Amino acid sequence: MSATNPSVDLHGGPTRGAWRGRIFYAALLLSLTVGFATLGTLVVQVLKKGIGVVDPVLLTNPPSADPAIAGARPAILATLYLGILLIAFTGPIGVGTAIYLEEYANRNRWYNRLLEINIQNLAAVPSIVYGILGLAFLVRGLGLGRVLLAGALILTLLVLPTVIIAAREAIRAVPGSIREGAYALGATKWQVTWRQVLPAAIPGIATGSILAVSRAIGETAPLLMIGALTYISFNPTIAGPFTALPVQIYNWTKLPNAEFKDLAAAAIVVLLAMILLLNATAIWLRNRYQKKW
Amino acid sequence: MVAARAESLTLAPPRKRWGEALIKAILALCALVSVATTVGIVVALFAPAFQFFQEVDFADYITGTEWAPLFLQAKFGVLPLIAGTLSVTFWACLVAIPSGLGAAIFLSEYARPRTRNVLKPALELLAGIPTVVFGYFALTFVTPLLRDIGIHVEVFNALSAGLVMGVMIIPTVASLSEDAMTAVPRDLRDGAYALGSNKLQVSTRIVVPAAVSGIVAAFVLGISRAIGETMIALLAAGQQPNLTFDPRQAVETMAAFIAATGAGDVPTGSLEYKTIFAVGATLFAMTLIVNAFAIRLVRRFREAYE
Repeated sequence: MSATNPSVDLHGGPTRGAWRGRIFYAALLLSLTVGFATLGTLVVQVLKKGIGVVDPVLLTNPPSADPAIAGARPAILATLYLGILLIAFTGPIGVGTAIYLEEYANRNRWYNRLLEINIQNLAAVPSIVYGILGLAFLVRGLGLGRVLLAGALILTLLVLPTVIIAAREAIRAVPGSIREGAYALGATKWQVTWRQVLPAAIPGIATGSILAVSRAIGETAPLLMIGALTYISFNPTIAGPFTALPVQIYNWTKLPNAEFKDLAAAAIVVLLAMILLLNATAIWLRNRYQKKW
Repeated sequence: MVAARAESLTLAPPRKRWGEALIKAILALCALVSVATTVGIVVALFAPAFQFFQEVDFADYITGTEWAPLFLQAKFGVLPLIAGTLSVTFWACLVAIPSGLGAAIFLSEYARPRTRNVLKPALELLAGIPTVVFGYFALTFVTPLLRDIGIHVEVFNALSAGLVMGVMIIPTVASLSEDAMTAVPRDLRDGAYALGSNKLQVSTRIVVPAAVSGIVAAFVLGISRAIGETMIALLAAGQQPNLTFDPRQAVETMAAFIAATGAGDVPTGSLEYKTIFAVGATLFAMTLIVNAFAIRLVRRFREAYE
């Protein structure tokens, strides 16, 4: 655009204000750099401190008061279990809600509009508040105790709005002509949804759900509230006490000893690798199966 | 003949399909989970908070300047926690608002489509970093860095937590502001160019003002994320209630207090246990007001351009 300006400018001042434009452009680049520079520094720092400590001891040993033999096996396993349970819980409920809102709900009804606003609002509730919900109802109220299942349930509620929003977008992207074609052949509403809309929307739904889960397994605050901040030396079970990888990172970071801080960095490398793997899977799914209508 | 055909076309009322009705009921049940979550949050927060305020005077709570719930002479003045939260949030905004807005203007007005398609997802990588990792980074890198450049901060301080939190919310601010700017009709830009404006003028005098409600909404959502952010504050800002706006000192935010107390083993039903919910309700009310404000702004902005 700016290249065409001088020919338009009739008052012969193409350089007037040009330096201002350049300063502005530089400021924009600088503001873009703040994020990227921090991200880069963070990754380099974590790798520098942590990569040397990522070894079989870290991956296979339980935590210990002696940093030389301390590992994160129970925490890593618990985070894997949490991820699997999360997909198992959020998938059906999230997709069910999205189908209800997109295919069944009558937008003119007040309760359906309220439902939409409610989901938008829930997406913005701080994660620590979900932790309070978990503490009050699951751990103390239901008497579930400080167990892995309680953690999985509370993280489910936390990511549900994100999964619902992603699934709705995927369902909305399926063109109406496909539904109409199926109806014209005499299909019922559920047959249309189950055999036409869902198969077409599955790649988008899977991508959105995996991304949401990759955010959730890094969550720390709700798990702290649920009581994941305990010393666990054995492999976690669904109905037993647990500590997850982010909580283990928090635990090691707050110890004054520098060796534990390096262990925290190593655990961060493992956590980031898991998140990166999930993200890569999501992107691969999207590129492999995404349809253009 | 015609009459007979018309008659065969009048369909009998469809057979009631119970399976279909059942499926709809199941789907509605799924949708009810999120309603139940909201109700659960409100009940979980406000019922114990209400009990708390039967034991502690609300006026004392909201105007008290000392927070020491675990002391023998317990003090329940929430102002130090609110001051800590606001102080960290202020530094976060100082980073996130200019950088987020700048990044958004660059992506929306200056970047070529291909650059934008690379930069935008790359910026969103920042949003995928777990907050505990940012907390580690603030404590082990930013705080020593601040000391190296001659700012005498304590080991735990509001400044380093705030700065890192600001970077964390850049993607929120940038991506929502960018959406608002891309939604500004092309005609407005073209009109300005036709009158001889340059790119700087178009960006700052046409696009930003036209998208201002969306941009403000992005700021507000970013602020509400900073208010509720826990791990960075817990790790880098400390756990000392401190009524100060000095960024070099340790402060405790509301979210950090909740997490620290919830992680400990306070007995159910005790007054200490109820403080979690009183502070939680305060935090929830604060973010809710901020969010409601943002959603209203977004809605007004949408109406303007459809």
